[in-house]
Amino acid sequence: MSRALLWLILGEWRAQPIRVATAALAIAVGVALGFAVHLINASALSEFSRAIDTVNGDADLQVQSVSPAGFDEALYPKLARAPGVAIASPVVQLTGALPGEQRGLTVLGLDIFRAAHVTPNLLGRPSGNTVGGAGQVFDENSVFLSPALMQGRKPGDIFTLSAGGRTVPLTIAGPLPAVDAERRIAVLDIAAAQWRFDQIGRLQRIDLKLSPGADRAATGAAIARMLPPQAELVTRESQTRRSDSLSRAYRVNLNMLALMALLTGGFLVFSAQSLSVARRRAQFALLRVLGTNRRALLSQVLIEGGIVGAVGSVLGLGLGLALAYAALNLLGGDLGSGYFQGSRPTLVFAPIAAGVFFLLGLACALVGSLLPAREAANAQPAVALKNVGDALDPSTRPGIRLALLLLGLGAACAFGPPVAGLPLLGYVSMALLLAGGVAAMPWLARLLLSPLQARPLKSPTAELAVRRLWGAPSQAAVALCGIVASTSLMIAMAVMVSSFRGSVDDWLYQVLPDDLYIRFAGPSEVGGLDPAGQARISALPGVAEVAFTRATPLRLSTDAPPVALVAQPVTRADPGARLPMIGTPRAAPPGLTPVWVSEPAAWLNKLKVGQTITLPLDGAPKVYVAGLWRDYARQNGAVVLTSEDYSRLTGDALRGEASIRLKPGAEADKVGAAVLAALPPDVAARTEMLRPAQIRDIALGLFDRSFAITYVLELVAILVGLAGVAATVSAQTLARTKEFGMLRHLGVRKRQITAMLAIEGALLGAVGVAAGLTLGLIMSQVLIHVVNPQSFHWTMQTRLPWGLFLVVTAGLIAASAGTALLAGRRALSVDAVRAVREDW
Amino acid sequence: MRRVLVFLIAIALLSAGNLGASLPEGGSRGRVYAADTVNPPPPTAARRAPPSPSGRGDESRGPAQSGARIAPVYAPVRPGTAIAFPRDHGAHPQFRTEWWYVTGWLDTPTGPQGFQVTVFRTRPNVDQANPSAFAAKQVLFAHAALSDPKVGKLLHDQRIARAGFGLAEASTADGDLVLDDWSLKRGGDDRWRARVPTRDFTLDLVFTPTQPPLLQGEGGYSRKGPQASEASHYYTLPQLAVSGTVVRDGKRVAVTGRAWLDREWSSTLLNPAAVGWDWAGLNLADGGALTAFQVRDAAGKPLWTGGSYRSSDGRLTVFRPGELKFEAIRRWRSPRTKALYPVEQRVTAPLPGGTRTFTLKPLFDDQELDSRPGGPVYWEGAVSGDGAKGYLELTGYFEKLSL
Repeated sequence: MSRALLWLILGEWRAQPIRVATAALAIAVGVALGFAVHLINASALSEFSRAIDTVNGDADLQVQSVSPAGFDEALYPKLARAPGVAIASPVVQLTGALPGEQRGLTVLGLDIFRAAHVTPNLLGRPSGNTVGGAGQVFDENSVFLSPALMQGRKPGDIFTLSAGGRTVPLTIAGPLPAVDAERRIAVLDIAAAQWRFDQIGRLQRIDLKLSPGADRAATGAAIARMLPPQAELVTRESQTRRSDSLSRAYRVNLNMLALMALLTGGFLVFSAQSLSVARRRAQFALLRVLGTNRRALLSQVLIEGGIVGAVGSVLGLGLGLALAYAALNLLGGDLGSGYFQGSRPTLVFAPIAAGVFFLLGLACALVGSLLPAREAANAQPAVALKNVGDALDPSTRPGIRLALLLLGLGAACAFGPPVAGLPLLGYVSMALLLAGGVAAMPWLARLLLSPLQARPLKSPTAELAVRRLWGAPSQAAVALCGIVASTSLMIAMAVMVSSFRGSVDDWLYQVLPDDLYIRFAGPSEVGGLDPAGQARISALPGVAEVAFTRATPLRLSTDAPPVALVAQPVTRADPGARLPMIGTPRAAPPGLTPVWVSEPAAWLNKLKVGQTITLPLDGAPKVYVAGLWRDYARQNGAVVLTSEDYSRLTGDALRGEASIRLKPGAEADKVGAAVLAALPPDVAARTEMLRPAQIRDIALGLFDRSFAITYVLELVAILVGLAGVAATVSAQTLARTKEFGMLRHLGVRKRQITAMLAIEGALLGAVGVAAGLTLGLIMSQVLIHVVNPQSFHWTMQTRLPWGLFLVVTAGLIAASAGTALLAGRRALSVDAVRAVREDW
Repeated sequence: MRRVLVFLIAIALLSAGNLGASLPEGGSRGRVYAADTVNPPPPTAARRAPPSPSGRGDESRGPAQSGARIAPVYAPVRPGTAIAFPRDHGAHPQFRTEWWYVTGWLDTPTGPQGFQVTVFRTRPNVDQANPSAFAAKQVLFAHAALSDPKVGKLLHDQRIARAGFGLAEASTADGDLVLDDWSLKRGGDDRWRARVPTRDFTLDLVFTPTQPPLLQGEGGYSRKGPQASEASHYYTLPQLAVSGTVVRDGKRVAVTGRAWLDREWSSTLLNPAAVGWDWAGLNLADGGALTAFQVRDAAGKPLWTGGSYRSSDGRLTVFRPGELKFEAIRRWRSPRTKALYPVEQRVTAPLPGGTRTFTLKPLFDDQELDSRPGGPVYWEGAVSGDGAKGYLELTGYFEKLSL
């Protein structure tokens, strides 16, 4: 870069620091968001896979049950003898709970002799007097605890543990020294686990170590053929895939939003550079006349943009790192989404991702500078030297063809299918719609202003303002593109969120019809209430009706996360009484058990109403998919059976939750107390009760809290957009100093010019808001009808946040009018005579 | 889009019928009723359920905690108990511990080697009421070692498993032991066969008895200490003719040799003051069989000695306590465990024809077997001298041995 070039760039920036800073900031925000989202997810995922590794040990292959009920232990000797298997280690794996603690833990029952060869990390270290080490290892009362559970406890203490529907006092025999500090794992002898937690004859897992030289794939395939439907072969890869697929849509969506923010940044760079080029048209012409060639001019503008992009990107990376750090510490690795429960991962810096986001930021800025750079390079020096301002002839009509093409393509993409299970085409559609919307701005500005322009206005200042905008639409478009981009994105998000919240609110009313909700014993698979206890509760005074429910995880396919198999007190004839059905449910053919699947369950497992499927339960029962229902609660899907069918097919008569309809006049508090008194003490200790209003408050509170980040992002986007408008309008205004001088010579007063500028700004803002709102509404429909169903497999109904629309409209118009006014004051402070003289 | 997920979980927990997922940590669900209305179950001492064939679907879950722990009752060793075959070749699961102990010399094309195939059965102190098929009511533990002077230390491997599922079984009807891929089985033709694949070698050996079983002590009741209860049921199959193959480094070699099978079961073997024992089982070149053992206290003094001599014509002499004498001729210190073993011993025994002395020299010094974790550290080596070939076992030199 020549010294002259550098000098020119620095001079330009000294003159326009705010505009340059805004553009860099816009890039920084986009890069920061994208990078932070990436870092948080990478950290959370690595934490998650560490957690899986800890629980699984170092097994080469693993057979897992598809549901907590496990599979018949007869599989164990078969696998132990399978060719290629060196050691098979049988495992009882349960979700456990501690009295008075909300967090669950993993209970593992191991055969120490087998585990020693396959998963040595999971072996306990007996702390007592153990010559030979056998006594405590086989003791039915002994439990070994991971460091996290050991905190505040010591060997010899009583450790009361609930799992499998039983609560058992155990004695702490020692620590699990090789388990990560954060894991909550309790290990006991496999025979003790089977007996104490009601798993006689059942296993949930078999860890396999292969013989040296055994072909992993072939052995795996042979083993897979030996498995009953209740068990499946999992590998590290399939587990990682499953945990990955759990949050993939979520992560991709956040990343896409970050890219959208980056795109907005790109538009702001474009707008800043365009104005800068327009303002320096004479300067560039002079340089050309002095011998600078086109290429040098092109590169100067590109380098300017590149530097802005680089600075913004570096800033963004730092900001993203800080953001990720803060988010991990404040919200946890799942950003509060609940995907990676209970983990507090440490930040993992990702140099490659940092590089990618830096390049993305740079690319955005360069692309944003390319058009202005070409314009600067291609201008005729002779014309440009004289002519300052809009190069467009007011009489030529701005084109609409490119805009229509982009919008059409965008619309077409919205109808595309998901790509690799992700709504990528939906995002492409949004990006194209955005680009098309921005490209349509000159045409739209003229269209919107035509009614005003066609009719003579009484006020000359208003007339001047309208004609100026009408005659120079491309300059208006440049000012508008940043604001249109950020407004439309924000509106799209806001409409989606409000639609979502409204749909959830409705849904909550539908699924919470009763007066009192009870959950027994922590995570439902830990245990529940037996039929005798259920009968006791049903018979309590003040109870009109009790609906007992049960949900246990069940994997329908290896790669998909488990669905919840739910027992609901619905009748085959009228499932809609308790389920928010979509469409009319069908009646099951005679002899088949009907199930009703939630939207996500249907999507993820490719189920259709009218289909017959086999559930991986004992006896491989065939069931008929009788209907589809709306469910926002279980991201991985739910399959509902009638209570009787559930008990019959699973053999599980326990119920984990209950909802009570009270008799008229009965008091919820009293009935609640009576329920607790009627429960076995160990169940009562972990029972929770809530009123539907409380649940709704908690649910919507969580909703708002989890969307709080989104609101903050929107606010940032709007502020960047407004800053862009301010910078653009003020730059344009300052560029028109000569025009104002001219007007002053013609007798127009300062006050009138100021008013003219204010009107211009307001009109610009109005056009921007109109375009942004329209575009945003269209994009919101893509979010609601394409992105959401494809990512999360549920649908919602559109609700418009009118209040927000009003606030945004008023705010944007006021901001652009205000900044135009302020900039105008400054421009007018220059002596009119000198301003004009400069031109001649 | 996105973070939906959270709140749904909250709903899930609480709303009609829902879900296995639990709230994220620190979730804000309130407890409606204060803790004082809820009494957590009092910690109770270990109490047990009566055996129930299946707890699944059991409506009355209460009794899971009732009933006292049922400890194993170990059968006592009683003098006068007749030993009967083939029944007593099989396991005696009522006793605390038992072993099948095959040791011997092999003639190989590259010279003599020693080998050891031993299977232990123990009955841990677990609740007998546990209906689980995994309950560790019987545990099998097996060792195999090969003593090759060219290697200079033992090649050995082990298997351990709780009995059950056909993977680890000890028949109570006849000598028939399975421990994963290892087996030791007596055939109908009275021949025992050991199949033992290990990391470093694979033994496939057949042991053919050339003499009837030798009942140690008083008709198989063998005292091990000053108390009458410190005894075991003990018989020996000496002078077993060995044939079979040894695979090493992918090479299969046919071998022959002479072996010794010791069978012993007991519930109370050792005196509390005992720290270990020296034991020798020697096939004599003339067809005789000498068994010699001493139980030592912490000072290295014999607490008890015993053994027997059976001449080639079948006449049995049982040594009275104090008649046998062990003398250490040379000691060897293990570089790994620092234990000091009297690897060269002189055994003096009052045979019918007069007192005889056997100076036993090891095939090589380092025949120490470290079976930790889980097993003891001891020296188990091929020895020979003065017309005798057999095995010497030295325990309790690293730390006090407990069974």
